[in-house]
Amino acid sequence: MPANIWVLAEAWRGQISETTLEVLALGREVAGQLGAPLEAVLLGHNAKPLAASLGAADNVLYADHAALADLTPEAGAAALVQLIKERQPQAVLVPSTNLSMDIGALAAAQLQAAFVGGCKDLKADAGTLVAQCVVYGGKLEAAVAATTTPALFGVLPGSRPADAGRSGNVPAVADVAVTLPEAKVKFNRYLEPDAGDVDITQQDVLVAVGRGIQTKDNMELAESLAAALGGAVCGSRPVIDQGWLALSRQVGKSGMQVKPKLYIMLGISGAPEHVEGIKGAQLIVAVNTDATAPVFNVAHYGVVGDALEIAPALTDAVKAKKG
Amino acid sequence: MNILVLLKMVPDVVEELEVGPDGKSLDTSFLRTILNERDDHALEQALLLKDRLGGKITVLALDAPDMDDVLFTALAKGADRAVKITGAPEGLTTHGAARLCAQAIAGGPGLLPADLVLTGVQALDDLDGLAAPLLAQQLGFAYVGVVTGVTADGPNATVIKEYAGGVRGEFAVRLPAVLGVQAAEKPPRYVPVAKVRAVMKAQKIETVPAPAEAGAALVEVRQMAKPVVSSHAEMLEGSPEEIAGKLCELLAKRGLL
Repeated sequence: MPANIWVLAEAWRGQISETTLEVLALGREVAGQLGAPLEAVLLGHNAKPLAASLGAADNVLYADHAALADLTPEAGAAALVQLIKERQPQAVLVPSTNLSMDIGALAAAQLQAAFVGGCKDLKADAGTLVAQCVVYGGKLEAAVAATTTPALFGVLPGSRPADAGRSGNVPAVADVAVTLPEAKVKFNRYLEPDAGDVDITQQDVLVAVGRGIQTKDNMELAESLAAALGGAVCGSRPVIDQGWLALSRQVGKSGMQVKPKLYIMLGISGAPEHVEGIKGAQLIVAVNTDATAPVFNVAHYGVVGDALEIAPALTDAVKAKKG
Repeated sequence: MNILVLLKMVPDVVEELEVGPDGKSLDTSFLRTILNERDDHALEQALLLKDRLGGKITVLALDAPDMDDVLFTALAKGADRAVKITGAPEGLTTHGAARLCAQAIAGGPGLLPADLVLTGVQALDDLDGLAAPLLAQQLGFAYVGVVTGVTADGPNATVIKEYAGGVRGEFAVRLPAVLGVQAAEKPPRYVPVAKVRAVMKAQKIETVPAPAEAGAALVEVRQMAKPVVSSHAEMLEGSPEEIAGKLCELLAKRGLL
């Protein structure tokens, strides 16, 4: 029987992440294609009950250690490396999230194994796993095979629906021991997002601003449009990095997952890190000067044009229509 | 505090990108490259640390078109040394480049000891590993990625890492460490062109030859292509006013106005 396929499960702050379920669904498909068992690896402390929600896997390997309670990349990688060396899976699917990407990439570096990044899909081709990877901010995609066994794959959120990774099955859970080296990195505490600002996850209408807004002064155009529509302004990474919007207004990988009825994107290219935050949006309208921007592959309606011209025109039209 | 900052050029994705004739790599003719945005933030974070604590910043990069301009700009911003690794093989993946840089750091003149090595947490072309953890492993340093803040005090640093939903984590890190920077505490600073020109006259970029062994790539790119699009937006055309009118109708029809 081919060697096992592993999924690194994420137990963060007492919960299994949605991305874990998505990756489990993908792992189930891949394991099926190879005729290999699917195992989930859960690292944590007093977290064993969470293994029950990993029933899409044939079984769960659970490693308990005080240093795995709030994971550092170092502790997570050390545990994963140890288990991989002992049990020799052929591939490890790792959620490409801020939590797990570090662990997977560091573990791969220590094992001198491949870490294939940006995987949106994975399938077996004549016994070899070939990943479909997003590169250059979504402008191109690459079919990539690893040249090492084991190989680690960083799987982007949204590769499969989370529901496909939910299962009523109760998986067999095996306790596995890990010995961790003395820590160079120690977790101190969590810093919560500032409260008191608008909660963008609860808004029906969001006007999202990206690099195309160009200057801080132009943010007013988005504010006016959001006000006319009765919504709020949010943004992609570059706008947050510039300090033009608070961290609490960021949509995407490091920010919020939003689910508005209307999501208007002004000058956002549509990089995967942003798009993973808007899976729940019902109607997406994108304005971008670049006709080849990946954003037009996720939007329902698109405008090739300058957001600085379209936004005020739309504000006026909305105001006129509303009277 | 001795800080190394690793910089790398990446394609400017504002431009149209084409696949090369081999069908599995980027067409680099007419390619415009820019400094990896996350590396720019890594440099800024180093400059902020130097502003607060003093010390020395060395920027290090594999040679590439337009790299000199980027290195001189870093010097003009406040870096103390710029070192370019020349003669590296073409088409290195992240894995090969990181191995080569780690060897150059270990063997280069006066690059070690370093307290911190800062670089971008990711680059747009990372298919074969991530640079920061690879460097940490090669150098035997501690590692944290997705970093958005650093303070240092003697042999330790306090590092902020971003998670999801606006939640961040604070870590105590024993130096030396490699940090994969997501964003500096402040936007990267601006430096006037005149100052960069003055630095070009007054300062030199040092060069070190690439170490002999880069290490084979651990991945094989079989094919590269533009994404196969399963859906595409319905495009609206016309003057801004006409487009605004059409959008308004669409929104009104859906009860969104």
